[in-house]
Amino acid sequence: MNIGLSYDVVRFEEKALLQSINNLGHKPLPIHVVAREFWINEGNGLDADFIIQRCVSYNRAAATTAIFERSGYIVVNNTQVLRNSADKLLTSCLLARKNVPTPVTAIALNRETALKAARKIGFPVVVKPISGSWGRNIARAFDEQSLLDILELRENMPNPQMKIHYIQEHVDKPERDIRAFYVWGEVPVAIYRVSKNWKTNTALGGKAQPCPVTDELADLVIKAGDAVGGGVLGVDVLESREKGMLVNEVNGVVEFRNTVLVTGYDLPTKIVEKSVEVLKR
Amino acid sequence: MPSLNCPVCGASVEVPNDALPGELFECGDCGAQLEYFMDEKNTASLKVAEEVAEDWGQ
Ligand SMILES: Nc1ncnc2c1ncn2[C@@H]1O[C@H](COP(=O)(O)OP(=O)(O)OP(=O)(O)O)[C@@H](O)[C@H]1O
Ligand SMILES: [Zn+2]
Repeated sequence: MNIGLSYDVVRFEEKALLQSINNLGHKPLPIHVVAREFWINEGNGLDADFIIQRCVSYNRAAATTAIFERSGYIVVNNTQVLRNSADKLLTSCLLARKNVPTPVTAIALNRETALKAARKIGFPVVVKPISGSWGRNIARAFDEQSLLDILELRENMPNPQMKIHYIQEHVDKPERDIRAFYVWGEVPVAIYRVSKNWKTNTALGGKAQPCPVTDELADLVIKAGDAVGGGVLGVDVLESREKGMLVNEVNGVVEFRNTVLVTGYDLPTKIVEKSVEVLKR
Repeated sequence: MPSLNCPVCGASVEVPNDALPGELFECGDCGAQLEYFMDEKNTASLKVAEEVAEDWGQ
């Protein structure tokens, strides 16, 4: 098959995917999206059976996925799945609808209602931007005053989306969380991200360690992945001392460098193989 | 391996033959983050890499 790889910046992941496409006997078609024009009313001359979306910029990923789909290409992940996973409010709604266990979450559209919601949840609470990654602008408030301070800062930010307050129970977790991979309904591999920082993101220094994929974990991750629409996803899981495993969020353009490094599992090949298998039908 | 000039300090930076447009390299002399880039005439060069933006991530 001819497999497109839509990207802006080349990281380990993009190189590894291109390598896997080659190794499996397919033809890779790198598409450096920032270096080309896209025409809405014409085809874009790509000879691809499907396209893997890898843009690190969400807006570039969303824009080019829409255009590729408009031109009749299948994109992994598709527009719907990209949006469902990039928008934490949407993700939470979809997970709740399918009864996937998650931290208790409330949305409030101004400071006063946010404070009321936080009192009901109980402190500390976590406040997150609706869209964002790598732990950016996620804050934890231990009391009412610090929550109000955080909300004031948010409301003074230029992005109007920051006035949608996403407030969540703080999950008392061990010094780690779990990143599990969902590949078309399977959960081939997972890692712990271990950190003294309450934000365990590897982008913030969290250390990756292999994590066994138990039946319980696989079950939860499959439910979460199905709920946002399937494809290839990273599902983040928090281990609550009282409630057990809770799905924190779902990622639609997954990073897996540290996973491959610490587990030795060839995830890029799994992603290509499984995508070919599912999409050739 | 072709070597290209760092646009910041002018030092030469080695780039592998299979480099892709958009691939990042660090200048060994000044530490600048550089992006491999190909113009319309297929001439390769390095430019200063983009800053991480608000919407970057997974
Ligand atoms: N409700 C919570 N309780 C405890 N810890 C949390 C909670 N929410 C987030 N965290 C911690 O903060 C980190 C960042 O949160 P989250 O994954 O929601 O943000 P993100 O910016 O979307 O990160 P990613 O790069 O994974 O997309 C998590 O990995 C987790 O360690
Ligand atoms: Zn230099």
